[in-house]
Amino acid sequence: MSEPVVSGPLLRAVGVRKSYGNTEVLKGIDLEVHRGQVVCLLGPSGAGKSTFLRCLNHLETIDAGQVWVDGEPIGFKLRGGKLYELREKDVARQRRDIGMVFQRFNLFGHRTALENVVEGPVRVLGTNPDQARAEALELLDRVGLAHRADAYPAQLSGGQQQRVAIARSLAMKPKLMLFDEPTSALDPELVGEVLAVMGTLAREGMTMVVVTHEMAFAAEAADEVVFLADGAVVETGPPETVLKNPEHERTRQFLARVLS
Amino acid sequence: MAGAEPLPIVRLKHWGRWVSAVVIVALLVLLGFALAQAQIEWDSVPDFVFYRVMAVGLLNTVVLAVISQAVAIVLGILIALLRRSANPVAKWFAAAYIWLFRGLPVLLQILIWYNLALIFPTISIPLPFGGYLVHEPTNVLISAFTAALLGLALNESAYMAEIVRAGLTSVDVGQTEAAKSIGMTPGATLRRVVLPQAMRVIIPPTGNDFINMLKGTSMASVIGVTELIHAANNISSNNLLVMETLIAAAIWYMVVVTVAGVGQHYLERSFGAADRGPAARVGKALRGMPLVRSARV
Repeated sequence: MSEPVVSGPLLRAVGVRKSYGNTEVLKGIDLEVHRGQVVCLLGPSGAGKSTFLRCLNHLETIDAGQVWVDGEPIGFKLRGGKLYELREKDVARQRRDIGMVFQRFNLFGHRTALENVVEGPVRVLGTNPDQARAEALELLDRVGLAHRADAYPAQLSGGQQQRVAIARSLAMKPKLMLFDEPTSALDPELVGEVLAVMGTLAREGMTMVVVTHEMAFAAEAADEVVFLADGAVVETGPPETVLKNPEHERTRQFLARVLS
Repeated sequence: MAGAEPLPIVRLKHWGRWVSAVVIVALLVLLGFALAQAQIEWDSVPDFVFYRVMAVGLLNTVVLAVISQAVAIVLGILIALLRRSANPVAKWFAAAYIWLFRGLPVLLQILIWYNLALIFPTISIPLPFGGYLVHEPTNVLISAFTAALLGLALNESAYMAEIVRAGLTSVDVGQTEAAKSIGMTPGATLRRVVLPQAMRVIIPPTGNDFINMLKGTSMASVIGVTELIHAANNISSNNLLVMETLIAAAIWYMVVVTVAGVGQHYLERSFGAADRGPAARVGKALRGMPLVRSARV
């Protein structure tokens, strides 16, 4: 076991590279996220934002570089100066601490909202079912869906499904939450309810990495904004700077198109 | 003018429907007349249905079909997983397995298992430090019943592998990713998330196959297993009432197949629960039933 680094960043990605065949989609990306920070990844589609996010919990394997969460190399074990690839079973253990919210919600279709939230704590953490149920109801209440606990995903609106998905992730009591375009698949009038839940979460001190196209959310909730294009970081900084006075022409072009 | 006052509407007369209905009924009546004239001793049929040997045949038919199907489902899941694995050797093996066991006629497979003693007189599994774990004449190990079971189960397992594969493929990869993201192991992901949802696709063709399996057990009669056909032949060899005993067997097949069809209906209803909104409660109640629960894994 490596020592948890309490003072350093919670998430540290160093030189992350990833190729699909001959196409290099991530060309060496660095990122540091400290405890309680909210970082938004922005950029045109195809920039590699989602791929990078999926590397952070090893849903995608990386070709080079490292991803450290709380002092542990994700997907690997450090021994004698080498990183040994972990078996999927051991990666699963690492993922317990990293929540993820997907663009397409991905709620378990055969289980009710409550069962979706209870599944992780009971099956993965071994929490007592009654306790897990009580905590799950509390979480559903926090996302405003306690009254829909017995509904199946197909009976819920997109916004409701996404809020249940957030509750499902939170039930694992993660150190870090990853959001992969959480509002992109929603009808415009349902975006607000999901962003509101995420805003509350950010204010409560959850460490979050968010891939999003919602500039208003980034401006308001993010401590730091990272602008990616063509698989590389173009510029990084507080939202006031990057969104209002970007240094790079590439960022300016993107913002002009998105904000018009 | 037009539309000013209500005009009466004359509905289309479906003459074609009347004609075809009359033709069908007439044909059925003719068939009825024919059967009434047939030289069948109808009175003896109910007796044959409840003959002791018929009961034995019914039991063997059902037991053989249920065990064969159960073995086929387990093997089918295994082969489907091998087929989907990243290991090229495993993939190749699964494809070859399906190619072989789906390609050969069931009757031929049953006959091969039944006659295995001709090429392997004894079956032995030696222990590493001398002695045997199994050391028996093949004729003792593989009875007629076992030979039929092997033939039916292995053939069906090839079909089940394809059915299961189709089911697994039908579940969105997002479900697997979500399961991974909450720290589920690959095994738990398969058991708790993917397979239960694949069931909706797997159950209907499996039900079909099981009905086929019930009828397919009749091939075991060739090697002397007392299933329904063999039982019917047993009776008719004494009294020469061939048609009457076959009708008695036919009645039992229809009973068993009907029961299987009803069971399939309820299983499908239970696994489709999440999609049907208001009826979901019925499905939830059904899932609480011990039989349905055990069938889920």
